[in-house]
Amino acid sequence: MGLQPNASGGTPPVLALDRITKTFPGVRALDGVMLELHAGEVTSLIGENGAGKSTVVKILTGIYQPDGGEILLDGAPVRFAAAQDAGRAGVTAIHQETVLFDELSVAENIFIGHAPRGRFGLIDRAAMQRRAGEILRSIGAEVDPGAKLRDLGIASRHLVAIARALSVEARVVIMDEPTAALSQKEIEELYLLVEQLKQQGKAILFISHKFDEIFRISDRYTVFRDGQFIASGRMAEVSEGELVQMMVGRAVDQIFPKRKASIGGEVLKVTGYCHPTEFADINFTLHRGEILGFYGLVGAGRSEFMQSLIGITRPSKGVTRINGRIRVIRSPADAIGAGIVYVPEDRGRQGAILDMPIFQNVTLPSLRQTSKSGFTRMAEEFALAREYTERLDLRAASLDTPVGSLSGGNQQKVVIAKWLATKPGVIILDEPTKGIDIGSKAAVHDFMSELAAQGLSVIMVSSEIPEILGMSDRVIVMREGRIAAELAGDDLSPETLVRHAAGIGARGEAA
Amino acid sequence: MSLAETRMTATPQPDRPDQPRTPRHIPDQLRSPLDRRLKSWESLLLLVALAVFVLNSFASPYFLNAWNLSDATFNFTEKAMIAFAMALLIIAGEIDLSVASIIALSSTAMGLVMQAGYPTPVIVATGLGSGLLCGAFNGVLVTRLGLPSIVVTIGTMSLFRGLSYIILGDGAFRGYPADFAWFGQGYAFWVISVEFVIFALLAVVYAVVLHKTNFGRAVYAVGNNPTAALFSGIRVARVKMTLFLLTGLMSGLASVCLTSRLGSTRPSIATGMELEVVTMVVLGGVSILGGSGSIPGVVIAAFLMGLVTFGLGLLNVPGIVMSIFIGLLLIGVIALPRLWSRLRGAR
Repeated sequence: MGLQPNASGGTPPVLALDRITKTFPGVRALDGVMLELHAGEVTSLIGENGAGKSTVVKILTGIYQPDGGEILLDGAPVRFAAAQDAGRAGVTAIHQETVLFDELSVAENIFIGHAPRGRFGLIDRAAMQRRAGEILRSIGAEVDPGAKLRDLGIASRHLVAIARALSVEARVVIMDEPTAALSQKEIEELYLLVEQLKQQGKAILFISHKFDEIFRISDRYTVFRDGQFIASGRMAEVSEGELVQMMVGRAVDQIFPKRKASIGGEVLKVTGYCHPTEFADINFTLHRGEILGFYGLVGAGRSEFMQSLIGITRPSKGVTRINGRIRVIRSPADAIGAGIVYVPEDRGRQGAILDMPIFQNVTLPSLRQTSKSGFTRMAEEFALAREYTERLDLRAASLDTPVGSLSGGNQQKVVIAKWLATKPGVIILDEPTKGIDIGSKAAVHDFMSELAAQGLSVIMVSSEIPEILGMSDRVIVMREGRIAAELAGDDLSPETLVRHAAGIGARGEAA
Repeated sequence: MSLAETRMTATPQPDRPDQPRTPRHIPDQLRSPLDRRLKSWESLLLLVALAVFVLNSFASPYFLNAWNLSDATFNFTEKAMIAFAMALLIIAGEIDLSVASIIALSSTAMGLVMQAGYPTPVIVATGLGSGLLCGAFNGVLVTRLGLPSIVVTIGTMSLFRGLSYIILGDGAFRGYPADFAWFGQGYAFWVISVEFVIFALLAVVYAVVLHKTNFGRAVYAVGNNPTAALFSGIRVARVKMTLFLLTGLMSGLASVCLTSRLGSTRPSIATGMELEVVTMVVLGGVSILGGSGSIPGVVIAAFLMGLVTFGLGLLNVPGIVMSIFIGLLLIGVIALPRLWSRLRGAR
C-alpha cells in the first residue's frame, strides 16, 4: 500500500524517521511511521486530527522519545533525549501554540534559553537586541525588539515565534499550523519567508489542514492515518482528491454502528446566533432522536457557539426555542433547567473535578434530585451514580475514588454519566472521543446511538471525519464562525466535508 | 485487509442493548468511613491536642481547674467563630484578610450607636449589620469586578481599620450598657461561657452546612475547579458572595463578643487577628489552595491553639514568645505528614 519513501529518489534526506513507534497508555499514537525531510524542500505532513502529526513533531523536537525505530540525521542514527539535543542538531519548531512569555520583551522571547552572553556570563542585552532586530527584519516583521510581548497582536506574536525558531542555527524547520492565526496578507508574507528558507537550503516540515496552502508551498507530501504511514511522494504527482482519499480512506460504517432511530418533531431551534468575534448567523433545528454532527477545522467556532448556547458566554443576539417555546439561557444552571446539557471537550478543566470522588462528580448537576430540602443524601447519590456509570460500563475500583485516578476514557464516561443523570432532552457532546482509547470510543458511540434511539436529541461536535460520518443523521459544517454547509444523505462524504471545512472551492477561484 | 477490519477484530464489541447487559458492579466505597476517619488529619491533630493537654497538666498545677480551663476558651472562641466561615471561604478558593479590621469597624459602629443612647439589641444589630456590610463590600469587589480576594481584602484591611482610626483617633468608646456585657462575660451555666455556647452551636451549624448540604458540596466544587463547577450549573459567583457575607457576619459577631468582653472600643482592637484565624484554619487541615478541609479539623485546631496559649500563659511565657510557639506549631504540624511520607519513601 502506498509508495515507499525512497521511491521518489533525489537527494538523500537531511532528517528521516525510520519505522518510528510511540505508544501511550491505551493508544498507539505512531505505528512504524516513515518521514523524510530534504534540504531546500518543503514536505507537507497530511492527516486528520489524531493521525499522529503532533506526536511526530514532539519526537522530532526531543519532547517525546520514540518506543521503537530510529531518527536519522544525515543518515546516521541520533537520539534526541531532550529539547536541547534537537536544538543542537539544528531542528527547530514553530508550534501550533508556541509558548511565549507575556511579560518579557520581544528580544528576550526570541533568545530565551540561548541569549548571547557578555562578560561574567551576564546576558549581553545590546547584542541580543541587535540580533533580534536582524532576525525580525530578515522575515519582514515590523516589530520593535524592545516591545513587551503583552502589547503585541496575535499576528506579531506569531512572527516573534518564527523569529525565535530562526534564532538558532536551524537546518530543519518544523511549521505546525503556522497560518492558523494569520490574516491573508500575513500568510502571503509567510509564504515568502518559506521561499527564503528554502533558498537557504533548510529542510521544512509543513503541517496544515488547509489544502490550498499545502498545494501552494509543498514539494513533497507524506500522509499518516491513525498513527500509520500511508504514502509519500512528490506534490506534482498527486491530486487533491487522491490526498483526501488517502487521508480519510477507511471503511467508515463498520466502526461506527449507528442504529436507525425514528426522528421525531422539532426539539431545539436556534435562530440568528451571533457573537462579536467568535461566530455569526447560526441557524439550525434539532429533532427528537436525531444525532446532528458539527464538523469543522479546529478554531471554526463550534465550541464557542455551543458554550454560548448553554450560557457560558453571552451571544450578541440570537434566539433559542425549546419545544417551540422561547427560552432565555443566561447560565449553565438555566440550560440544565431547560434540559440542554453540554459535555465539554476539555475534560480535565471543564468537564470533571478531578480531585473529587466519582459519585460526587456524577451528582453535581443533579443534587436537587438526590437531596432533600438542601441536605445531601449519600445513599441516593451512590444509587444515581451507580445507575449511570454502570450503564456506561465504567471501570473503577469504587465510586468514591477520585476521577483523576481514572484513565481518559473512563473519565469521559464519568462526565457523560454526570450529564445523562440530569435526564436532559438535548445533549451536546464536544469531541466526545478525543484522546480516549478505541475500546472506550466504541462504547461511547454505541451509547450515543442508544440514547438517540430512546428519543434524546444529540449534537456531536467532532473533528474526526469517520466519527461524524458514522454517527450523524445530518451534519453542519462550520468554517470561520459561520455555517458553511448543511449536509445529509448522499451529500455526506469525506470529500464534501473536507472541501466545505477547508474552503477548497475557494482555491480554484483564487488560482 | 483494510485497516478498519483489523481494528474491528481487535476491538472488544460493546454490549448490544438487545442482549441483556451484565453491568459490572462498582462498590460504593472500598475503605470504611471509620478506617478513613482514623487515618485522617483530624486524628493526628487530636493526638497532638491530647499531648499538649497532658503536658500542660504536668507543667502547671493550676491547669486542671474548671474555671481556669473555662478562661482558656476565651483564647479561641472569637477567632474560631470567624475561622468557621473563613474555612468555607478558603475551601472555595478565596480568602478574607480584612476580618480583624471588620471587628474594629463594627466595634466602632457599635460605640457610636451606644453613645447615641440606643439599647443593647440595637447595638448588637449594628455590630452584626456593619460586619455584613463589610463582607458585602469585599464580595462585590471579588465577584463582580473579578479582582483577586487576597488583594481586595489586604486593601479593605487598611480601609476598615483606617475608618475606625478616623472616628476614634487616640480615644476610646466606653460605657456600654450593663446587659451588653452578657455576650462576652456571661455564663450560660456553671463554667460554660456564653461565648463557648455560641462557638459550639456555630461549630455544629457550619459542620452540617459544609458536610451535609448541597451548598457545602458546591463550596468544595468551586474550590477544586471553578470552571468545571460553572459548567456543572453551579452559580459560582453567588456561592462566593454568600461566603464573603458569612465571613463578614461572623466578624461582626466576633466584634460583639470581643467588645462586650473588653467593655470598650479602641481602633487597635483585634490587631493581627486575621493571621491567627488563617493559622487556625490551615492548622485544621484546610488546604490554602482551596478544595479540601473540614470543620471538625478547625474545631480541634481551635482547641489546640487555645491549649498551647493557655499553657504557656500559666508558665508566664510572654505574648511575643507565645506567637513563636504558635508559628512553630503550625509549621511542625503541617510538615509532619510530609516528613513522615518522605522518611517512609526513603527506606
